Amino acid sequence: MTVPRLYKTEAIVLRQRKLGEADRILTLFTPAYGKLDAKAKGVRKTTSRMGGHLQPLNRCMVQLARGHTMEVVAGCETLESFQPLRDDLGRLSRALYAAELADRFLPERVENIPTYRLLLDTLRRLGDAGGTDPSTGSGQDLTLRHYEMKLLERSGFRPELGRCLGCQQALQPVQNFFSPVAGGTYCASCGAAAAGSRALSVNGLKVLRLLQRASYKEVEELNLPPALAEELERHLRSYIVCVLERDVNAAAFIERLRREQQPLRV
Amino acid sequence: MNEQPTAAPGPVARLIEEFHKLPGVGPKLAQRLTYYLLRMPAVEARALAEAILEVKERITFCSVCQNVTDTNPCRICASDRRDRTMICVVEEPLDILAMERSGSYGGLYHVLHGAISPMDGIGPEELKIEELLARLRTNEATEVILATNPNLEGEATAMYLTRLLRPLGLRITRLARGLPVGGDLEYADDVTLTRAMEGRQEVTD
Repeated sequence: MTVPRLYKTEAIVLRQRKLGEADRILTLFTPAYGKLDAKAKGVRKTTSRMGGHLQPLNRCMVQLARGHTMEVVAGCETLESFQPLRDDLGRLSRALYAAELADRFLPERVENIPTYRLLLDTLRRLGDAGGTDPSTGSGQDLTLRHYEMKLLERSGFRPELGRCLGCQQALQPVQNFFSPVAGGTYCASCGAAAAGSRALSVNGLKVLRLLQRASYKEVEELNLPPALAEELERHLRSYIVCVLERDVNAAAFIERLRREQQPLRV
Repeated sequence: MNEQPTAAPGPVARLIEEFHKLPGVGPKLAQRLTYYLLRMPAVEARALAEAILEVKERITFCSVCQNVTDTNPCRICASDRRDRTMICVVEEPLDILAMERSGSYGGLYHVLHGAISPMDGIGPEELKIEELLARLRTNEATEVILATNPNLEGEATAMYLTRLLRPLGLRITRLARGLPVGGDLEYADDVTLTRAMEGRQEVTD
């Protein structure tokens, strides 16, 4: 798509980094123009008219001017600021995790409306997902698992969960294996020999398959025991790390908050 | 980035390269600064070089508040005219300069040297939070003022600190967020306006 010199688009601010005295470089995710970097001038000054509108995770209407190396933000207005996400550290850390994943998975300047929609829905869900137990964020974690699975699929990394990647047989309802390196499941007999594979429980496989094919509405109904939720997170995370060939930074902070929260619950 | 003229003699090229490492200094500016220095009187150039050396050799972090200082504890921490019951927590040493310039605060400070930024992998362990906790357990402070920046990272840091400090039973306050002096109401974003409305104050004569 040819991009006009000055154009208006909706965007979600994925991340920002400081530039020079008072500027920032923003990574914006737009539905029609994909992910792109834009320079926002003077936004770190307290009197900036744009600073508040361009905070990470904001959904805003931006006016962009095509520059030499990157776009320059000419104007903006908040459409949605996801306030509940900002008032709670657990929600905020998970929303940042979602934004970081989008940033890492998306190629630059490729139209991607379905993924935009997915991220937007996920941010909204994280904002109101209380889950069964708000203090542990189990509902929010399930939202993230659903997001991870859909994002993988839309990026072309849909894991194989139907049959064994070794012998190609359908999986039996016993303990099987999941291999992040191979991107899918191995049956009980092939799995032990497959590189980097880890045990996958019967229920774990069931929920992974459900996440893959079901809508969010069905997933939302689930109430997973902590051990199972942990298993799902471990498998999906290891697969994502394998695909991205790097750690997801925000995951460490979620981990830490969870650890520190634990003694408060008893 | 290989724009340095090959004609420049060794020491000149080296200085250009050193300037180039500074933030915001591109190859052209580095060359300009270097050739300006070449024309400078030797005394001034020496003063500059000594100032740089002195900063590196004499300036350390205050063992109490973590601010940059040439005396330990720093002048603010050592002063007997400061209010010792208040500690204002800021992200950077430069924030202290701004606060001091306003002259509206007479308590002590604590510098975190950054803010929590989960996406960049900057967690609480990278900041001087342990030092703050240790300090609050032993000193006479009754109020902690969270003066981290009113942006995403600053808010995350403030929320994290609130959670951590709550059990200590201190009064925890956050700098007010709202409309900036000299700004226009019509350009304010939702969050700022919400905060400004929440923090409105009765007008007194």
